[in-house]
Amino acid sequence: MSASAIAAEVRAGDRSAREVVEVHLAAIDAREAELHAFNLVLAERALADADEVDRRVAAGEDPGPLAGVPMALKDNLCTRGVPTTCSSRILDGWRPPYDATVVERLRAAGAIVIGKTNMDEFAMGSSTENSAFGPTRNPADPSKVPGGSSGGSAAAVAAGFAPLALGSDTGGSIRQPAALCGVVGVKPTYGLVSRSGLVAFASSLDQIGPFAATVEDAALCLEVIAGHDHLDSTSIDAPAPSLVDGLDGGVAGLRVGVIAELAGDGIAPDVRRRLQAAAEALAAAGAAVDEVSVPAVTYGVSAYYLIAPAEASSNLARYDGVRYGLRVDGDTTASMMSATRTAGFGDEVKRRIMLGTYALSAGYYDAYYGQAQRVRTLIARDFAAAYERFDVLLSPTSPTTAFGIGEKVDDPLAMYLSDSCTIPTNLAGEAAVSVPFGTGDDGLPVGVQVLAPALGEAVMLRVARTLEEVAP
Amino acid sequence: MSAEEEAVAWETVIGLEVHCELATATKLFCGCANVFGDEPNTNICPTCLGLPGSLPVLNEQVVTFAVRLGRALGCEVRPGEFARKNYFYPDMPKDYQVSQYDQPTNVDGAIELPDGWRVGIERAHIEEDTGKSTHVGGSGRIHDAGHSLVDYNRAGVPLIEIVSRPDLRTAEQARAYVAELRGILLATGVSDARMEEGSLRVDANVSVRRGPDAPLGTRTETKNVNSLRSLQRAIDYEVVRQIDLLEHGEAIRQETRHWDEAEGRTRSGRSKEEAEDYRYFPEPDLVPLRPSAAMVAEIDAAMPPLPAQRRAALAAIAGIAPADAAMAVDRDLDALAIAAIGSGADASRVLTHVEHNLAVEGAGALDPAHLAALVVMETSGELTATQAKQVLAEMVESGQAPATIAAERGFEAMGAGELDAVLDGVLDAHPEEWQRFVDGDAKARGKLTGFFVGKVMAATKGQADGKAVTAALQARASR
Repeated sequence: MSASAIAAEVRAGDRSAREVVEVHLAAIDAREAELHAFNLVLAERALADADEVDRRVAAGEDPGPLAGVPMALKDNLCTRGVPTTCSSRILDGWRPPYDATVVERLRAAGAIVIGKTNMDEFAMGSSTENSAFGPTRNPADPSKVPGGSSGGSAAAVAAGFAPLALGSDTGGSIRQPAALCGVVGVKPTYGLVSRSGLVAFASSLDQIGPFAATVEDAALCLEVIAGHDHLDSTSIDAPAPSLVDGLDGGVAGLRVGVIAELAGDGIAPDVRRRLQAAAEALAAAGAAVDEVSVPAVTYGVSAYYLIAPAEASSNLARYDGVRYGLRVDGDTTASMMSATRTAGFGDEVKRRIMLGTYALSAGYYDAYYGQAQRVRTLIARDFAAAYERFDVLLSPTSPTTAFGIGEKVDDPLAMYLSDSCTIPTNLAGEAAVSVPFGTGDDGLPVGVQVLAPALGEAVMLRVARTLEEVAP
Repeated sequence: MSAEEEAVAWETVIGLEVHCELATATKLFCGCANVFGDEPNTNICPTCLGLPGSLPVLNEQVVTFAVRLGRALGCEVRPGEFARKNYFYPDMPKDYQVSQYDQPTNVDGAIELPDGWRVGIERAHIEEDTGKSTHVGGSGRIHDAGHSLVDYNRAGVPLIEIVSRPDLRTAEQARAYVAELRGILLATGVSDARMEEGSLRVDANVSVRRGPDAPLGTRTETKNVNSLRSLQRAIDYEVVRQIDLLEHGEAIRQETRHWDEAEGRTRSGRSKEEAEDYRYFPEPDLVPLRPSAAMVAEIDAAMPPLPAQRRAALAAIAGIAPADAAMAVDRDLDALAIAAIGSGADASRVLTHVEHNLAVEGAGALDPAHLAALVVMETSGELTATQAKQVLAEMVESGQAPATIAAERGFEAMGAGELDAVLDGVLDAHPEEWQRFVDGDAKARGKLTGFFVGKVMAATKGQADGKAVTAALQARASR
């Protein structure tokens, strides 16, 4: 059942929020042990929140556009009084004294938080295998990864544990798992959704966005969480856009560019064929489809793996054992900090902290971080040129369908390349959505990515809606 | 070293880095109260504790204060950017400090010391303060402490770091520079500038060289200087230490040194070679800071008079050098002096009172007309200097007019006849001394003048005018 249908029925008093939550808790009971989508299921709390929604409906109040809709939250979104772990040991025992802005907005809209989802530690990874609490499995094939880093959220929606989930996307962490699990995932324009209360990985790239089974539900959720927040200085000073209303406008007359650099080498043939089919379907629906070159996107992964680790090395410095979370004692303050971080962080996090520390070091800054920032400017410029000729761009979301658990854990570079199609959007600060479009030769889901310029979400989601309708 | 070099005297070169806490109501990036002396860890929140997920929001008042101070220092206000300075320290909640690095808000200013010496200001940038650690056990330093306590009330308090150019040449000048900065901070209202509470902190970069044309020598940076007196002592110590090393053929190590107040010496801290790499990079959680031209113009228009301008104004009306107006300005009594002189009072008498007799609380509230009236009474001979001083003290206390106080106390001008009568008696009682006075040269008379003035004062209970007594003695002796 879709989020919009649930909200409509709960608001009308035709279905109780308690019943909705119970149905989803039952689904979790049935498959969670196998999939491990959640770090924490908040069953009692969700039922209590559901009763409150029902009480308000009974009293003639409107709980809001997401009344009674169960939500799964990635475990890097702060929830007051509820452990927020980032799937890391280093935050052991920490309970935030506040809700993230998105969580406040969801609650104000009547949504019910049903659990905190598993993720790659501090959102660093593309498979949800870098979790201190063990991997999440893909509901479509539990021998496969769900993608990452928001793999728990993607799996929760794909498995029917919740109609909606939130993730965070720094280099593809919403879109890639959405593609691998066969659900819709949106990476909004940088600054559209407040980052306040999102535990930072790479501040200039991080953006919160929704997972949903349908484009309409994703649009509905994004309307609720978007819009200016004074607590985030990088938040765009504009009201939330209207997204649901124009969704069925179709694509007639829209100009769609297929990114040449992301449609050839490095993309699996079955994924390429799906992309081709999606382009043809849009043309058939009235769009003007053509190929477009965005040359700088090929440097995306290289630039990203300097900028994101650099920011992460600074953002993760605060986990030093002094104030909260894990502390491993030592003879001196410095040895305590060192022992705490050694025990608290996993290998991938350590790897990126070292990469980032190196990239920012005196004497290397210009060659690495400085150069990466120039590439970033170049990518934004190439996208801007493409958007002079096209309304939206099209590419695969992931080069392959879901890979096997354990398949890439020992090859970080291969893992990093899973995000080659999604990273450029983060570097440019723009928007993109992954929408399911059939399956690969292995029968696993394939996602197609629709990219849009900054604040182009309305048109982008219209195109996604059309693809959803015509998808095989 | 050649004989020629030996002949050139050592020159000291000093540049100062002054950190001052801004007197804003709230911290730099959050709404916590910015106050000194509260219970530890009571003015804290997720942002200034650096909790996961928290983000900084720039306090607009800090921007106003920073620009106002920058303009008062004659700086150009430029688009600024915040950066992160990364290093691990337990009193720094995020293990990085948000500061301005290569794009400070204020650059290229200068201030003029009372004696006219100009000191360039390289930059005045915004940054956040750290928490405050107390190390328990051991020497009180972190390396051998049993345990440490951290108070985060100060974490995130807004600071301006004012970096001077190496334009200072003596410890006294360095002291005068900090005093002048303090005056500017107080005049602009951006800081309470209390060194003893740590809201004004000074680091001194000191080097020496063979004369003004020699290249700059290797410098040391001395920290932990908590008063103007310590600053002067620390620099003097460092200069002697460095010259001694160089004259013995040794080299100066570029390093951070700590001033030990109790022992009166600086001690080696961390050397710069093993200094940390701060890995500065632009702070991605904040947007660039671009004070508008309109904002700068508005701040310029509302700029209060600064100490240098105030000295110049008083100097002009009093006919003195600006340096001689410094004390009146320091005491915040220049407006009083200007008003009193403006209404006709003798400038030098007014300044004498301001400098010597008005270093008291409440002096600033004195009615300038009353001060002028007092000086007129004094110069016209109605009051003696001693009486005037007593009347002035009471003026400050009661706010009454000098004539009223003088009348109440029975201070009346002693007529010439009355003084003559007293003098007759005194001279009769001391004929020997008087004969020596009459026969004596200027030096002998000078010595005896004090003796006779003292006797007259005793006889009149201080009501006689010392100058009138001296004049009368000279007149009688030459009769």
